[in-house]
Amino acid sequence: MEQPEQNITATPQPTETASPPLPTTATEERLLPEPTAQERVPALGDLVFDVENVSCYYSAFRAVTDVSLAIHENEITAFIGPSGCGKTTVLRTLNRMNDLVPGARVEGDIRYRGASLYAKDVSPIAVRRRIGMVFQKPNPFPKSIYDNVAYGPRINGEHNKRKLDEIVEHSLQQAALWDEVKDRLNKSGLGLSGGQAQRLCIARTLAVEPDVVLMDEPCSALDPIATGRIEDLMREIKSRYTIVIVTHNMQQATRVSDRTAFYSVLRNEESDTRTGVLVEYGRTQQIFEDPHDERTKAYVTGRMG
Amino acid sequence: MSTVTQQAGPAVPAGPARPLSERRPLGDRTFQIIALASGLLVLVILILIAFSTTQQASSWFTTEGWGIFGKVWNPAANQFGALSFIYGTAITAAIALILAVPVSVGVALLLTEVVPYRLARPIVYVIDLLAVVPSVVWGLWGILVFAPWIAHIYSDIGSAVTGVPVLGALFGPPTGGASFFTAGIILAFMITPIVTSLSREVIATVTAIDKEGAYALGATRLEMITGAIWPHSKGGITGAVLLGLGRAMGETIAAALVIGSSATITSHLFAPGYNMPSVIANQFGEASGEFRAALIGLGVLLFVFTIIINIIARAIVGRSAEQGTA
Amino acid sequence: MAAITEPQLGPHLEEPAGWRRTKNRIATILMVLSFVLVIIPLGFVLYTVIAKGISIISWQFLTGPIPPQVAPASEGGIGPAILGTIEITAVAALMAVPLGVLGAIYLNEYGGKGVLARLIGFFSDVMTGVPSIVMGLFLFSIWVLHFGFSGFAGALALACLMLPVVIRSTDEMLKLVPNPLREGSYALGATKARVTMTVVLPTAIGGIVSGALLAVARAAGETAPLLFTILTVTAANPNIFSGANTAIPSQIFANATSPYVGAQGRAWGAALTLIVIAFVLMIAARIVTARFTRFSR
Repeated sequence: MEQPEQNITATPQPTETASPPLPTTATEERLLPEPTAQERVPALGDLVFDVENVSCYYSAFRAVTDVSLAIHENEITAFIGPSGCGKTTVLRTLNRMNDLVPGARVEGDIRYRGASLYAKDVSPIAVRRRIGMVFQKPNPFPKSIYDNVAYGPRINGEHNKRKLDEIVEHSLQQAALWDEVKDRLNKSGLGLSGGQAQRLCIARTLAVEPDVVLMDEPCSALDPIATGRIEDLMREIKSRYTIVIVTHNMQQATRVSDRTAFYSVLRNEESDTRTGVLVEYGRTQQIFEDPHDERTKAYVTGRMG
Repeated sequence: MSTVTQQAGPAVPAGPARPLSERRPLGDRTFQIIALASGLLVLVILILIAFSTTQQASSWFTTEGWGIFGKVWNPAANQFGALSFIYGTAITAAIALILAVPVSVGVALLLTEVVPYRLARPIVYVIDLLAVVPSVVWGLWGILVFAPWIAHIYSDIGSAVTGVPVLGALFGPPTGGASFFTAGIILAFMITPIVTSLSREVIATVTAIDKEGAYALGATRLEMITGAIWPHSKGGITGAVLLGLGRAMGETIAAALVIGSSATITSHLFAPGYNMPSVIANQFGEASGEFRAALIGLGVLLFVFTIIINIIARAIVGRSAEQGTA
Repeated sequence: MAAITEPQLGPHLEEPAGWRRTKNRIATILMVLSFVLVIIPLGFVLYTVIAKGISIISWQFLTGPIPPQVAPASEGGIGPAILGTIEITAVAALMAVPLGVLGAIYLNEYGGKGVLARLIGFFSDVMTGVPSIVMGLFLFSIWVLHFGFSGFAGALALACLMLPVVIRSTDEMLKLVPNPLREGSYALGATKARVTMTVVLPTAIGGIVSGALLAVARAAGETAPLLFTILTVTAANPNIFSGANTAIPSQIFANATSPYVGAQGRAWGAALTLIVIAFVLMIAARIVTARFTRFSR
């Protein structure tokens, strides 16, 4: 299995200013200066996630085995691979969504900005506010568009109407949905088209000012035009967030991601089970143009999956 | 292709070859007619109920006219005003709903959101046990055990709030073990299973992805329930509540035993009272003529009320279940 | 860099603000409390019925004649009432179950999405909400006034109560039968009646029987419809078609308001009998469901 590429010792770049202050609670305006692309000092702070030898189990079944990789700040990292190779499972460990599945268990260590995500005193609720998620099928609440976006800030204690108005507008603008819905904010979120609904879900996620946005095949239920808009969106916001996206669409991975992790399936002949493994992880260009592993090559050139 | 069928001819099981254009066999059509008739029986029975009971009650309706809603019920003096029973039905049903609905919805949420699957099944069994206890057993226990016990509590509360503005009117004396409130409590026990199981069905239509949408924003379970489940379920739960209301209104024997059998309109909830099904059950034996017509007429009113409530409830629950998954 | 990131990380991953967590905990406690509130009365009722009834139950009690109310609890029994309940409920089931199953067959196999089928299905649900006392008054008006009180009138009333319940539960079971099973039979040239009788019904029979048992359990405990149809008496009446009759719930009702301790004692014994019957039917229904519902995919 390939060693995940470590960015830490890669080419040092001229520095921007010191690392910007960490995102604060939703009640305060985000004060981050716009970091310029990838030109930042590669240091420990750049590692948003450090996944070490992580295996995921559903009761006795080992869904994913021994994954190690690092997610870098303000990058879009894509997880690709055939069905059943555990990419969604790994994604969901990053915001502890697998806690909701009875019998799910994680072994190994996942560090989020240096702190262990699965330590005893860590609250999954706090985790999920910092690490948001957009799902495969858009799932807006049966509330108004406004209330959908305001839901997150409200549960975090923001009740000031003006503040909420600002947050809602700002989030919908970031999600490139504002112009389409600004005149019907109190119409139900369920009345939107697929692409609009998914952008609403993205706006809803951004409204709590997360640090990371996880996306589980966000465009798989959408038509190509809607898909294109979401990909534009991703490129737009990546300077402010770190994004990890699971996708079945290799072209999408080449279009949007900076790094790509290729997963595959390991068959255990004796017990007739399948386990997901991380095969190769590196810069997207390298994965697709010069894959090091045979399996990666087979997949990206279309012979597999 | 034709060669194939010709060669397959001899292999077909016995019986003369049937022309393809033959009408459907008699047996099949008969069966369909019987099935249809059985289904229609439902509609026929409902219509017959309406007609036959109204006809039997007609002397009451025609004699009293709008007086059927009169305040005084005195068979000895040929006065048959039903207002006190309608009042009693409304009051006991209201008490039953106020007590049962929060508990039922709470249990439904407990089963769907809190309790792990393996623990949920025995809990559901317990709820089903509650549903199987017959009305008359509730009534027996109610009048012989529960009412005497709670009578003390009523009188304590009653003397405590005597004179206090609103509370005194509601909970002040006269108090008695057999009363509106006791009937309301027993009815609450009885309607809990149906409201719980229907609420569970409604809540179960909220998909995992809907709930995960809330959790992914860092919501606590309570916040997820209010944000993702409630908007989806409130219609269906309203339907479930209405069905509980229908049951509470029509439940006869348990109420008849514990309601106190006193045809009065009073704000005192701990006082003996009466409601429609109870008076029919208790007084039918001695009734004849207009008295009997009046009792049957109360049955007609009960029928109309519960049919309307059930129609509305089923319409809501039916629609809501379809809209469940956005 | 590390100095800036580390200390700020702690509070960010801890529990959310106190009030949120507290509200959540309170909500959970309330939900558990609800369940406790449900268990308590059930526990009390069952405990009381068992405690007070168990000493009364005996073979003599179950078969003996119904004594006058003043008689002490050790005398007599509820034999006639048990006989009545068995015969009345059995006749009711014999009428309601086949008709209910046929009605559900119409809804599922023939009616489909047609207006009539939807109407029947809808009002079948509505009919489950008709109070049992109304059924009793109905049968009184339409039958008793012409033919007098009888066990059969009571059976008719109970059958009317059971019919929509059987239709609904059978309908659910028929819906579960996978269509490929039907299609396989059609493809062999079977008529719809044959498909239904030979393939669909046998597949669903477990659930249908289970639903029927539950409907019987409910009917066996009904009192109100019998008040107006069987004219509760104390003599046993094996002839269901003529003459007044009695049943277990009717006796309980009659005795519940009695001032005599003996009568009350017999009421508890009868209540225990009734609950045991209902529970046995319920457990039988579950066993049937577990053993015979197999829709192997």
